[in-house]
Amino acid sequence: MNDATPEPAYNFAYLDEQTKRMIRRAILKGIAVPGYQVPFASREMPMPYGWGTGGVQVTAACLVPEDRLKVIDQGADDTTNAVSIRRFFARTAGVATTTRTTEATLIQTRHRIPETPLHAGQILVYQVPIPEPLRFLEPRETETRKMHELEEYGLMHVKLYEDIARHGQIATSYAYPVKVSGRYVMDPSPIPKFDNPKLSGSPAIQLFGAGREQRIYALPPYTKVVSLDFDDHPFQASKAAHDCDLCGAKASYLDEVITDDLGGRMFVCSDTDFCTDRQAHGKRGRVSAPVSGDAA
Amino acid sequence: MIRIENLSKSFTLQNQGGAVIPVMAGANLAVSPGECVGLIGPSGAGKSTLMRLVWGNYLAAGGAIHIGATDVAQATPREIIALRRDRLGYVSQFLRVVPRVPTRDVVAEPLLQLGVSQGEARLRAETLLARLNIPQRLWDLSPTTFSGGEQQRVNIARGFIHAYPALLLDEPTASLDSTNRAVVLELINEAKARGAAILGIFHDEDARSIVCDRLVDVTEFTPQAAA
Amino acid sequence: MSLIEKVTATDTPLLTVAGLTKNYGARIGCADVSFDLFPGEVLGIVGESGSGKSTLLSCLAGHQRPDLGQIIYDGQDVIAMSESARRRLGRTDWAYVHQNPRDGLRMGVSAGGNVGERLMAVGARHYGDIRAAATDWLGRVEIDADRIDDRPRAFSGGMQQRLQIARNLVTGPRLVFMDEPTGGLDVSVQARLLDLLRGLVRDLGLSVVIVTHDLAVVRLLAHRLMVMQGGRVVEQGLTDQVLDDPQHAYTQLLVSSVLQV
Repeated sequence: MNDATPEPAYNFAYLDEQTKRMIRRAILKGIAVPGYQVPFASREMPMPYGWGTGGVQVTAACLVPEDRLKVIDQGADDTTNAVSIRRFFARTAGVATTTRTTEATLIQTRHRIPETPLHAGQILVYQVPIPEPLRFLEPRETETRKMHELEEYGLMHVKLYEDIARHGQIATSYAYPVKVSGRYVMDPSPIPKFDNPKLSGSPAIQLFGAGREQRIYALPPYTKVVSLDFDDHPFQASKAAHDCDLCGAKASYLDEVITDDLGGRMFVCSDTDFCTDRQAHGKRGRVSAPVSGDAA
Repeated sequence: MIRIENLSKSFTLQNQGGAVIPVMAGANLAVSPGECVGLIGPSGAGKSTLMRLVWGNYLAAGGAIHIGATDVAQATPREIIALRRDRLGYVSQFLRVVPRVPTRDVVAEPLLQLGVSQGEARLRAETLLARLNIPQRLWDLSPTTFSGGEQQRVNIARGFIHAYPALLLDEPTASLDSTNRAVVLELINEAKARGAAILGIFHDEDARSIVCDRLVDVTEFTPQAAA
Repeated sequence: MSLIEKVTATDTPLLTVAGLTKNYGARIGCADVSFDLFPGEVLGIVGESGSGKSTLLSCLAGHQRPDLGQIIYDGQDVIAMSESARRRLGRTDWAYVHQNPRDGLRMGVSAGGNVGERLMAVGARHYGDIRAAATDWLGRVEIDADRIDDRPRAFSGGMQQRLQIARNLVTGPRLVFMDEPTGGLDVSVQARLLDLLRGLVRDLGLSVVIVTHDLAVVRLLAHRLMVMQGGRVVEQGLTDQVLDDPQHAYTQLLVSSVLQV
């Protein structure tokens, strides 16, 4: 899309080379030990904490001039954050950008995994607020580190038990904890649990960056990732029981959009690229205009 | 069954300049199965002291206390606990219980320690309590609020619930009316009949004459006498 | 073989402690403590503040590393064990009942979750079974089954303490460490708890090391007693013998100082 001329005042992708080396080392460690949180020296970035600094640092460390970058926020390419970050890298790295999942070589995402399956050679970078899945049950960092070290994950199931006791089912609907390669319990970032199955066995490299908490973790390609559950309350990747009102997709994660003050609403694919692509191929939903040429 | 040989006891008051008070020396006594021996002597002569030595509550200064194959004077705490569980019973003058535990459970406790099922233990406790004229309405209550006589009967029930081969009885009929005293004496005679060796302190001369086969005067064992 | 026969037939101690010493710089925490503990036995450790009893307990439970001495549990050298193994022991075979139940419970987790946690920590993965086990244990410590989803914050002190006991015992530990378990409770509540503990010790054949300054509690609960002063054991033996016929000067002082009610 926008091939802006990179600003000469900045190093390629904003960060200095030494910082990028440090981050790459952390990434390599993360890939070597899937699901393990690697501490790294998070840098000050030109956006506040909570706005994706971790993801941006990981992306910056991975980018090469030949890359084609896609940035999405809750599945959409056109929200403020996605636009800002895409423009940031266009300015500081001069890389080509795109909204097409299939054409991107590196995708930075906030809180969603694209519906279109990824292929080998792609990198998916997640923005992570709180990397520690046990944090809300065990506030002590010393204790959670011990738990990961000694594989003491009983507490994680206590959280799920509490959900069932209180709500009759596991109520966690996003940031649903997973076990990676049968060893580490990981927080997959606040993606909806609907996306959890996509984490497992993916041909792409998945990287997770938490800037404020200063942690990086990773899933190498084809890693086995299992969502935690109970034998009698198995994991279910659920979504709204609707089809997309624009493209008619049945198996895509949906956003609910309120259309008027009378309770009117519609459901549309959260992944804008996926939805647009389907419509371009003639797929239609409840509220979309008929394909030209149809009888009225 | 109970054999005491050359038993001696003294108390050392460490906080009063280490004053040594000898209270017993050269005690010799044997109780055969089926026999009841009564200890007599004035107050403070050492009757309760002797009982407590046999029970293992006091440490012997010298000598031996044989209960069957165990010498209490030399036994380890574990061995004494094992002895008290199934071979040696003790009915003390005072009822010491965990507060709020119902009477029925207080009496059933020794059986539970022996592995008897809860149902059976409770049943046997109830039978014995009934025999000792403790009314049913009291069985669910803690005995700590009972009268002296009732407490004493609960104590006795707890001491007789299991057929101990050796029994120590400290004033078992004190604070009892004649009806209940008779029941207790019956229990003692039954124990004798099944071969228990009983050592008892009875201030009540009538009771003594009914159940005791022999009397032993503990003043024989006071240190001045032995010297 | 009945439980009693099993217990009395065992000649090997469950826990052997030899020469245990822990110093805080130049100060003695506890010095040269040795004892054996057998299955089904309750050992009371009494002494006043500063006697070293709490230091001893925390060394025994693996919370602190002693400077000298050995702790052998069921044939395993506890001090030489890896931390992972020791922590695992603490979640399965051992239990620790804190004086303040808040230290031994997760206050933000429901009663059922608290009791179920140890089960989940050793791999239980069936919600229904976990909940059934939790309900069963709540019943055993006399907490109403319908409180299973309530948080401990809503419980009285005595109930919290009983919940802590249930939480600890659900994995069937063989050795329980207790630090003043009845301290801070109303006297009448203490009585109920003591009786509960006695019953559990008897029915489950538990071995218990209980640290307390309350002589009435040890008289009712402990088979054997160790008296500590200035970090050292000054006397040990049968509980009623130590309390009724104390030999050491300090023990005599301790016993005579107790207020009679």
